[in-house]
Amino acid sequence: MMEIRLKLNGKTITDHIDADLLLIDFVRRHGCLSVKRGCETANCGLCTVLMDGKPVLSCSLLAARADGHEIYTLEGLQQEAEAFVGFIADEGADQCGFCNPGYVMNTIALLRENPNPTDDEIRAYLAGNLCRCSGYEGQLRGIRRFLNSRAEGGSHAE
Amino acid sequence: MQNKNYRSVNHSVRKKDAMQLLLGKPVYTQDVVPDGALVVKLLRSPHANAIIESIDTAVAKKVPGVVDIYTWQDVPATRFAIAGQTYPEPSPYDRLILDRHVRFAGDAVAIIAAENEKAAEKAMKLIKVSYRVLEAVLDLHTALDNPVLVHPEEDWFPPCEVGGDPKRNLVASEVSSSGDVDAVMADCDIVLEHTYHTKAFHQAMMETFCTHTSLDRYGRLHVISSTQIVFHTRRILSRALGIPKSRIRVEKPRIGGGFGAKQTAVCEVYPAFVTMKTGRPAMIVYTREEAQIAGSPRHEMEITVKLGADRDGRIRALDLYTLSNTGAYGEHGPTTVGLSGHKSIPLYTGSLEAHRFAYDVVYTNTQAAGAYRGYGATQGIFAVESMVNELAEKLQMDPTRLRDLNMVREGMIMPAYYDEPANACALDRCMERCREIFGWEEKYPVRDMGNGKVRAAGVAMAMQGSCISNVDVGSADISLTEDGTYTLRIGAADMGTGCDTILAQMLAECMDCSVDHVAVFGADTDASPYDSGSYASSTTYITGKAVEKACTDLKKNICAIGAELLGCTVDETAFEGTCVRCLTSGKTVSLSDIAYKTQVGSHCAAQASATHSSPISPPPFMVGMAEIELDKLTGQVTLLDYMAVVDCGTPINPALARIQAEGGIVQAIGHTLMENITPGTGGKPMEASLMQYKIPTRLDMGHLRVEFEQSYEPTGPFGAKSIGEIVINTPAPAIAHAIYRATGKWYRELPILPERIAMDLAEE
Ligand code: FES
Ligand code: FES
Repeated sequence: MMEIRLKLNGKTITDHIDADLLLIDFVRRHGCLSVKRGCETANCGLCTVLMDGKPVLSCSLLAARADGHEIYTLEGLQQEAEAFVGFIADEGADQCGFCNPGYVMNTIALLRENPNPTDDEIRAYLAGNLCRCSGYEGQLRGIRRFLNSRAEGGSHAE
Repeated sequence: MQNKNYRSVNHSVRKKDAMQLLLGKPVYTQDVVPDGALVVKLLRSPHANAIIESIDTAVAKKVPGVVDIYTWQDVPATRFAIAGQTYPEPSPYDRLILDRHVRFAGDAVAIIAAENEKAAEKAMKLIKVSYRVLEAVLDLHTALDNPVLVHPEEDWFPPCEVGGDPKRNLVASEVSSSGDVDAVMADCDIVLEHTYHTKAFHQAMMETFCTHTSLDRYGRLHVISSTQIVFHTRRILSRALGIPKSRIRVEKPRIGGGFGAKQTAVCEVYPAFVTMKTGRPAMIVYTREEAQIAGSPRHEMEITVKLGADRDGRIRALDLYTLSNTGAYGEHGPTTVGLSGHKSIPLYTGSLEAHRFAYDVVYTNTQAAGAYRGYGATQGIFAVESMVNELAEKLQMDPTRLRDLNMVREGMIMPAYYDEPANACALDRCMERCREIFGWEEKYPVRDMGNGKVRAAGVAMAMQGSCISNVDVGSADISLTEDGTYTLRIGAADMGTGCDTILAQMLAECMDCSVDHVAVFGADTDASPYDSGSYASSTTYITGKAVEKACTDLKKNICAIGAELLGCTVDETAFEGTCVRCLTSGKTVSLSDIAYKTQVGSHCAAQASATHSSPISPPPFMVGMAEIELDKLTGQVTLLDYMAVVDCGTPINPALARIQAEGGIVQAIGHTLMENITPGTGGKPMEASLMQYKIPTRLDMGHLRVEFEQSYEPTGPFGAKSIGEIVINTPAPAIAHAIYRATGKWYRELPILPERIAMDLAEE
């Protein structure tokens, strides 16, 4: 058992954990159920969270490594997500939704880094986020429509 | 063709759960269940075929946190099937919860129930098993009449007669035909014969198999599972555990993808058994590795196609033989195979004079196969469509024109499809439109790019069904709420495809209200009306029609109550969406007042239920065209453009139909170009993770375009047919065709990996 202290979605928490506890299990235990597991080999991107603002795979990170850091999951970034996910909903690209939190988190990271990405930049940045349902095109169309509507000064899809 | 101005159907309405899903709300099995369930883990056999001589769990049980460990000695001796099919199932009853005889590397040996994962895993290592290892049947070619039997047991039981014989490793067998194939074949100018092979590809839905079980407040078994088949699961558990169905409740929350994998009760029985034994909540979550080695993948099939044609390209005879590998257990074995012929041969109804379709389904000591989107049609269409492309190249005819000559057209009776009529068929228009938008004339000729790369194109057609005719049952139960809105209860399972939403659209269309005024509930065996489940592409066509029927009845009820309030006869009333009007007096009464009336001294509920089944299964049709760029040095195939035109009748929700098509196409690109199955030790697939089993990323799929050519199916709701499965069928033959164009070599086995192409090109 060891003690860690970190900021999760803006709230400081202290916890006693096993040294081998993975960050994904830690955040789920703390109510962040948006974070999903789809593999054991760091291939699917479903478990993406932000650590100090950078996307990381929470299945491949020990919770202990988050000690002293700031973690955000989709639970803590609802507003930032709401700005664009409606456009994806309008494409019907949410589908089963199991991959959504991971790629929405990674899209947030992308848009913070590069507010006006090209289609190829979007594809490359999200390449590690697998989706078995949507065929990816609808997700891309949604993000593209959001970017276009923002460029035209439009408000977000309700 | 009907072309009405619909208000709700035929519109791209947002999915009802879209924002919940996109904002990561806790809606899946692992999110909605309380903490504290026992962790259930399975010890799996390392051997493909073995008898458990002894099994010692004493030391393992002493691990702190371990609650109990169960072996074959602890389970009921009743054999059952885990296939989600209507009773009596065509799938044989060939499973026990745990069997002394383990039949594939990965078969369950012991069930471990522990307070936490660590204890369960520690205990797993401490269980001592001694196996008598038997010779295994690993190759589908050697299975039939092999002296080694996968199911030698005497209590093997087929609920339906499907031509199986376990003493021959045979699960099912049949021959059907129309016309004199041999005579027509003998009279043909050209006869081609080739064999095509497809492997046991995985659905690879992002949420693996998972189930939570507990005892509810009445002491009944309450199952929350990621399943497409709540009612079948209740029946399966009842037989497997030996408890009455009334003591079981099965519900599904949102599902993280299924594609047919969850049309089999792959994992439900294990936690259910633990809960019945311990009285405690129990939860199982398959690892990705378990989903890959002990899931429910596609049936490996080898299909021999013999085609007879005239010199001018008239396809006169088709003769198919399919050998299907069901693996160690027979779920969906007898049925998937049928589609390999019944959903490929009828595409050529236009010119066929005779056909024959024969099959054998065999047991082997490999992972059991199950249901996967396309359900056998995918395999059969790869074979038949590849063969038709081979014919076109042989005759030096444009393969799209060759198809124009031979394809099924509206109004034809399809002898290879149970003599069903093609009431609605826009296949000819799909071909024309696809040719035009794809730019077939420019893309079909092979283009050497001058940098070691070649561009080429290929084509394929497809069909599927819209239900299992005379079998599938869909039901809808609708009630009017006090504010004049509706609650729709269904037993079909939305697995991400959007059926909750499209059924709500149909209700809204019928009742002349907004889709937002419809709440959808499903699926729960305690509360939903019976539905066979979400599979066989049936939900839109079957459950949709049930919604339509229930609406008709509900309107009558509402008018009857309205008439009473208006003081007139029912015949004088008209339903007007938000109110009922008395046509004589002109007076109206609101739906809200009508709903409240049913709560005061009422004898009539503002509620209606309807059930539907269909004697036919109208096929949707599709044309797909692929343009590739092939690197002659590395064999790398890059998909540049995939164009599909689909006839699903009326698309109830075009945006969702489009996503279905795009998703299915990308899945198929996976099994065509990258997803592989390599048997390792004991036949266990080496691709046991997403690192090895490579599914397409967003960099692997090129540009997809999907268009719809509407037809109007008179027996479907608002003219609709199905969309969910057909979309996975065209990419394999179309891409294989393009690769032939680029290399001059036919690849008749999937997947077509770059190393195979590179090696073949190097040999030349
Ligand atoms: S769970 Fe698959 S990458 Fe983390
Ligand atoms: S929506 Fe199902 S995996 Fe992406």
